[in-house]
Amino acid sequence: MTLVYALAYLLAAVLFILGLKQLSSPKTARNGNFTAAAGMVIALGATVPQLHFTGAGAIIILIGVVIGAAVGTVGARQVKMTQIPQMVALFNGAGGGAAALVAVAELVKFGPHPSLTEGLPSVFSIVIGSVSFSGSLIAFAKLQELMTGTPITYPGQQLVNGLIAAAIIGFVIAVLAIASIPFSFLSLMVLALILGVAFVLPIGGADMPVVISLLNAFTGLAVAASGFTLNNFALIVAGTLVGASGSLLTKLMSDAMGRSLGNVLFGAFGKVQTAAGAVAGKEGRTVRTGSVEDLATLLAYSQRVIIVPGYGLAVAQAQHAVRELADLLEKRGVEVNYAIHPVAGRMPGHMNVLLAEANVPYEQLKEMDEINDEFKNADVVLVVGANDVVNPAARNTPGSPIYGMPILNVDEAKNIVFMKRSMRPGFAGIDNDLLYDPKTIMLFGDAKDSLTKLVNAVKAA
Amino acid sequence: MNSELLNEFTFFVLAVFVGIEVISKVPTMLHTPLMSGTNAIHGIILVGALVIAAGANSPVTIILGLLAVVLATTNVVGGFVVTDRMLEMFKGRQTTRTQEPVQPK
Repeated sequence: MTLVYALAYLLAAVLFILGLKQLSSPKTARNGNFTAAAGMVIALGATVPQLHFTGAGAIIILIGVVIGAAVGTVGARQVKMTQIPQMVALFNGAGGGAAALVAVAELVKFGPHPSLTEGLPSVFSIVIGSVSFSGSLIAFAKLQELMTGTPITYPGQQLVNGLIAAAIIGFVIAVLAIASIPFSFLSLMVLALILGVAFVLPIGGADMPVVISLLNAFTGLAVAASGFTLNNFALIVAGTLVGASGSLLTKLMSDAMGRSLGNVLFGAFGKVQTAAGAVAGKEGRTVRTGSVEDLATLLAYSQRVIIVPGYGLAVAQAQHAVRELADLLEKRGVEVNYAIHPVAGRMPGHMNVLLAEANVPYEQLKEMDEINDEFKNADVVLVVGANDVVNPAARNTPGSPIYGMPILNVDEAKNIVFMKRSMRPGFAGIDNDLLYDPKTIMLFGDAKDSLTKLVNAVKAA
Repeated sequence: MNSELLNEFTFFVLAVFVGIEVISKVPTMLHTPLMSGTNAIHGIILVGALVIAAGANSPVTIILGLLAVVLATTNVVGGFVVTDRMLEMFKGRQTTRTQEPVQPK
């Protein structure tokens, strides 16, 4: 029978790997998620018959599964598309917390003197799982705007964080070597929870996706460590897969922003620059605003229009309105494409998800490298709620904090229309010269509102 | 190092390589769903949570077990459902559904 369970775990592992593979391609992605879910069902199915239930054990499992399934389903179903990033953070935090608790329970079972091979992975799992748990909650709070999205910094912060980390290492040694301090692993857990908070606080809201991805990889590793403690093959393989692929994904994400991971995590990005942006904004430069009718005429009689969506589009839920406008223009023979910056919105892929929801065809969604040479041929570029990803400072202002980030070459277009709620700078907190460009026309207001007006005006044009 | 630990360590190292290799070529637009999908997969910690919860026999282990099962189940169920919701959106125009009403703000 043991053999059957072992083979079931192997099958689950294979399904996870296949699932990940399928998730990496647009055509098979949805099946990939089902494949991985099937692996999960098999792994769980092979686990239940192996359990030796105590009376209380059976009851708490039943209660726990019902509550968890209800929370998970309702949370995942009810969440708005714009809030998905923070939902992923919450689910990730739950996984990290579970890994830490499993390790604590194992340590309780091992008694005061665990061997190194039992103790070390447990302690690792407690620390990493707890950091992931509390860090994810802070990431959630920042994205949900329960707290400020700007980096929270204070003098000597790195030193304090270093001291917390040092204290954790001290407790790790205490737990493994001395193990006489009562509840030493609970103290360890509390310290790690504090470190998770302290680690995410100085990171700006715009960088949360990278942080969530990193914490996701952390949880994977914590799960793998729990697998070592429990001698469970499925946990080791699945946890490690997530740890490894999650680390790579984290790197890919920070690459897409044109920054190093170290800069994302320790650069307090968006903090100092806020002040600089505010000063630059006071120079008294003027911007050109246009009427909806003028813009409608401009769009209706163009040949090539490129739409650049950003987070403002997501906030305003304007994806359907923007598609309506695009459809209308296409009927008039205008060529319409969407330029998707890798980090537009709050997560890579955020814009694709939203526009796909509005049934915008794949072929019109162009990635940055694909479309960057097309901007110079575009008659109008319509920037809907995006800012930093089109800021030429990234190309020509070496002192700028976003210098070196790959941007969309919107400045090369013949006309630029910015739909923004205000002149406020974007996430990075820096001023955008493009807003003051003579080629630029501003249309202030809620993106959906403006687009709806524009649609009506184009119909009349 | 006993042979079981050696086996486990072997799986671990191989899984690191597979994990990196398997997602090496992923388009940017799938970064978020992929993150969410891997997030669901580490919900496998539910297996561990079930093991500790099943054997719970003291107030401390009962509380630990219950919390672990709740959190891990939330991770698994929420993770897969939210990933599916994201991927559901990736459809071409040929499969156009009835237009969803624009969500009121």
